[in-house]
Amino acid sequence: MSSPEQWTHPEPDAAPAATAAKPTAEQVIAGLRATDEGGADLVQLLTPEGERVTHPDFDIDITAEELRGLYRDMVLIRRVDREANALQRKGQLGIWVPLLGQEAAQIGAGRAMRQTDMAFPSYREHGIAWTRGINPTDLLGIFRGTDMGSWDPVEKRFHPYTIVIGNQVLNAAGYAMGQKFDGKVGDDEGEATMCFFGDGATSQGDVHEGFVWAAVYDAPLVFFCQNNQWAISEPTERQSRLPLYQRARGYGFPGIRVDGNDVLATLAVTKWALDECRHGNGPILIEAFTYRMDAHTTSDDPSRYRLSDELEMWKLKDPIERVKVYLVRQQWADSEFFDSIEAEADALGEELREFCTNMPDPPAERIFSNVYAEGNPNLEAQRDEFLDYVSGFAGGEH
Amino acid sequence: MAAPTMDRSTAAAPATPVQTLTISKALNLGLRAAMEANPKVIMMGEDIGKLGGVFRITDGLQKDFGEQRVLDTPLAESGIIGTAVGLAIRGYRPVCEIQFDGFIFPGFDQIVSQVAKLHYRTQGRIKMPIVIRVPFGGGIGAVEHHSESPESYFAHTAGLKVVSCSNPSDAYWMIQQAIDCDDPVLFFEPKRRYYEKGEVDTTAKPGPLFESRVLRSGTDATLVAYGPMVRTSLDAANAAAEDGTSLEVIDLRSLSPLDLEPVFESVRRTGRLVVVSEAPSESSIASEIAAKVQQECFYSLQAPVLRVTGFDTPYPPSKLEEEFLPDLDRVLHAVDRSLAW
Repeated sequence: MSSPEQWTHPEPDAAPAATAAKPTAEQVIAGLRATDEGGADLVQLLTPEGERVTHPDFDIDITAEELRGLYRDMVLIRRVDREANALQRKGQLGIWVPLLGQEAAQIGAGRAMRQTDMAFPSYREHGIAWTRGINPTDLLGIFRGTDMGSWDPVEKRFHPYTIVIGNQVLNAAGYAMGQKFDGKVGDDEGEATMCFFGDGATSQGDVHEGFVWAAVYDAPLVFFCQNNQWAISEPTERQSRLPLYQRARGYGFPGIRVDGNDVLATLAVTKWALDECRHGNGPILIEAFTYRMDAHTTSDDPSRYRLSDELEMWKLKDPIERVKVYLVRQQWADSEFFDSIEAEADALGEELREFCTNMPDPPAERIFSNVYAEGNPNLEAQRDEFLDYVSGFAGGEH
Repeated sequence: MAAPTMDRSTAAAPATPVQTLTISKALNLGLRAAMEANPKVIMMGEDIGKLGGVFRITDGLQKDFGEQRVLDTPLAESGIIGTAVGLAIRGYRPVCEIQFDGFIFPGFDQIVSQVAKLHYRTQGRIKMPIVIRVPFGGGIGAVEHHSESPESYFAHTAGLKVVSCSNPSDAYWMIQQAIDCDDPVLFFEPKRRYYEKGEVDTTAKPGPLFESRVLRSGTDATLVAYGPMVRTSLDAANAAAEDGTSLEVIDLRSLSPLDLEPVFESVRRTGRLVVVSEAPSESSIASEIAAKVQQECFYSLQAPVLRVTGFDTPYPPSKLEEEFLPDLDRVLHAVDRSLAW
């Protein structure tokens, strides 16, 4: 049995070496922002120059057709994003949350999912929505103010956008627990859940709790953090002293940092992670290292808080250009293909504009509809009184 | 060899339909009945498994239904509620236990941001059949954060339903009705009354969950209360009767939606209303009742609606809770003021 003497504090010179080697603030930031291609931790399969590289743990066989499909996804969702951004500028949308720069992270992750998997997005996941078969027009109502998401989350297996930062991480953990309780985990036919959140969300208690719950219940959940470097104006170093993927270790599950501007690497890592989860080896954290090329929302002004050379540096890592270069080099696509995708994007943009400008305002009854599943007589009386009031105006309309 | 002993946890099926139970035992049997009736009903909370909950309300359930249906969770209320949301989407009917009233606030965000709004946001495509059980109120000599009455926060939030039981029969039936409800229900349990006994008829299902009930008829004034203050109000009515004053006592049972028709009807006859609640009075359930009754019964009122409540302070140190909590004398004092108007 140890004596009380052994419980005394160690001498200062016996302190752990880590204390002496405490990194400076500059070193912390440099570590958080280390983006060198080929770095020890960043999983990358396609360089910004469009060169295919290998990775010892994560590789992927991809056909020309599959890669053309990923390219098409990214070009179309970028067009959706740019059109919606423009629609906001024209006053057709109240606000828009730009996706620009994060196309590879979302298309790679989204295309790794199966129909039976479930997705819990934040509010910038337009690319994920696209991969779940949701028409981009269904996203517009949220930002025009006509509804809160018009897709069927049960049918599409794509939860409504969540605006409160980090809430959906716990919701996803619960859903994944349900998949496990239902016996849907354990073999190749198993189900998994993916949860999407940003670097800023990792500071939220709900994300921490989501990590704890998923870990202790072995939930088949892939945490997909898109580290786009900025939580509105707060940089990653305001969220963490440690690269975000390394936090997973503290919860007892793997964390992987993938080049979020590399659709192949994102697809490969996410497929692996989902497969681990459906076989019962979850949860897993993926940090998709990427960059928000535009504002946080159309109400934001990033020129106030970040330098243009940072933006210029990330432009060189564009997720679409590198795939285009690779497709050309491989002779997997010609100008006819690229022109056809452009034409498709033009048509999609037009459809979006047309749809947006013709969206009707919802009827006044929408205020009161579906507040409760089983009704509420007091609310129904309030509704009736209001509708009666409205109907008193000329023409019976407000 | 020792004589076989009765295992309390498996003594669920009552030998006779009418039995005398404490509120705590009635809740335990009600939860058990709900779990037996529907395999999708699961319990979630801190210490609710092996320990049976700090008040033993879930006693024996994990033993009989297993760890997957009675989840001893990590210690984080947002986690309990937030994962219940996901489980509900998956088709489960989670019943969350919040250990004490003052601990619900870490889960407040998930309750008001997600639980309350998902049905509305998705226009009914996602239901939230979640029950959140909260042992609430004071009178047990506890340390701070263990005696609060936070029900008004939730009654103020659209999309939630809020109820409180006051006797064993309601405890047994209301918890099952709340679990059956497709809307999220905040279920406030009067912890100081957990060990009060009453008759429970396990075959005679009472009326709808979201309705108030007249417990005692009277002609001189009306008392409205819920949860722990129902007993106090009934005691006050008994005492008043000895002095020749006839008080009608109504148990609200449902705090959201409020079922005030019986209250209006009563006040139209008695002309006087005293609302009794141990929550602070400002912007509270009691305020809402006072406002609605003056709106609906203006010409019937013989006196202003009076409120007997806790004070607009944090819950005090327990040596002062006797002063803080409405008691029989404070209720009768208010009745006297009303009658003297």
